[in-house]
Amino acid sequence: MPGRTLVEKRIIMDAATLDATLDRMVAGLAPLVADGKACLVGIQTGGAHLARRLQERFGVRGLPTPPLGVLDITLYRDDTFLGLQQPVVRHTDVPFEISGLDVILVDDVLYTGRTIRAALDALVDFGRPHLIRLAVLVDRGLREYPIQADVVGATISTVACETVQVELTEMGCATERVVIYERESR
Amino acid sequence: MTTRMNHLLGLEGVSREQIQTILDLGREFKAVGQRRIKKVPTLRGITVVLMFIEPSTRTRMSFEVAAKRLSADTLAFTASTSALSKGETLLDTTQNIMAMKPDVIVLRHAFSGAPQFLARNVDAAVVNAGDGQHEHPTQALLDMFTMQEKKGSLEGLEVAIVGDIRHSRVALSNLWGLTTMGAKVRVAGPRTMLPPHLDRFGAGVRVFDRIEPAIEGADVVMMLRIQKERMGKDLFPSDREYARFFGLDTAKLALAKPDAIVMHPGPMNRGVEITPEVADGGRSVILEQVENGVAVRMAVLYLLSAHLLEGA
Repeated sequence: MPGRTLVEKRIIMDAATLDATLDRMVAGLAPLVADGKACLVGIQTGGAHLARRLQERFGVRGLPTPPLGVLDITLYRDDTFLGLQQPVVRHTDVPFEISGLDVILVDDVLYTGRTIRAALDALVDFGRPHLIRLAVLVDRGLREYPIQADVVGATISTVACETVQVELTEMGCATERVVIYERESR
Repeated sequence: MTTRMNHLLGLEGVSREQIQTILDLGREFKAVGQRRIKKVPTLRGITVVLMFIEPSTRTRMSFEVAAKRLSADTLAFTASTSALSKGETLLDTTQNIMAMKPDVIVLRHAFSGAPQFLARNVDAAVVNAGDGQHEHPTQALLDMFTMQEKKGSLEGLEVAIVGDIRHSRVALSNLWGLTTMGAKVRVAGPRTMLPPHLDRFGAGVRVFDRIEPAIEGADVVMMLRIQKERMGKDLFPSDREYARFFGLDTAKLALAKPDAIVMHPGPMNRGVEITPEVADGGRSVILEQVENGVAVRMAVLYLLSAHLLEGA
């Protein structure tokens, strides 16, 4: 954002905590995955990476491996045109029929709930799932829409001038961690 | 930073980065068209006027489907139903349409430069859907989209365009777009159909007055429609003669690369510029061009409208 810088404020998770948190999320989702009727849909881009990791971990635990889709919600946003830059439309690929499945929607950070609202709209355009559950790595509070996650890695309290970033090796980050940054106006 | 666009009047002067943005977006929009619910809510509340002052069915339908898949509202305004046939000027007609507050006007007009005129005089984004013998940018964009999809990259691609180059807005838009994207273009046609001043496109364009050397080793063979109304007047004597010397048949196509694709903007004159065997053959991508046209036009409408509503 022009005229603003991000200043690192505190680290919420290091690599080891992140790893343990994902394991806990897998345990929380295990009953849903066990009957083989679940699928994972990750929201671009952070949620897509996390969904892929969850998928691998189900396999390691001897659970059925749910099929994986990625969803870009840009075309469904309610604030598409509010930003300063034109939004980038990323790839959407849900290569299976979601009707009748138990969809595990995965995102990295749950904040206002607007992204999830858009994702729900996008999902139902693909079919009629049996049910949709929401799994997020971090719930940072400050909800604007009445949306809650079913499986949460960590709950933290934040203020609006902060941003929470999940930094993964898949995104080109050297160290895996979850960090709170503060936006400072210059 | 992504591309900003106010209007799409032609591909002359449009940067490589801007063209690539449209082609990349087109890929995502093509996927929308392949879903069960072929619609996204992105352009709700946007009004698109389809102003077709020259007859056109497929381009108008393509734009209409593109707008509807983005949830925009469309108003069709065609020459036969319009006050233009009663003598109203283009500007008066447009000012009446502007009272309905459209966000985008898609214009097809028989006069070269009509979209530029409109863009200067109205407060809406203007898309050129073909103006006289000037440009037809979305056709060239869908052609490039199809080539990129089939061949991977436009850089260094050998593209032959055969037919009435001189009077073709499809050819001109493709010449601008393809040379910007680094493709090598060979144009071919009877000398009466070759334009002067092709040297302005630089070394990337070569000119032939026979079809054979133009399609030899080509990756893409694009055949243009012969306008039969010109036959026997000034450009060529008969369609049989044209078919024999410049029509694409299986024998001539054998000169192109073994994996060359065959394109045609439509509507085709079967048996004149292209034989049915080639048009319906395994290397023809003519119907895919139609599908890709919707995707590319969605990308164009999206980019133009997003700019309009920025900061709204």
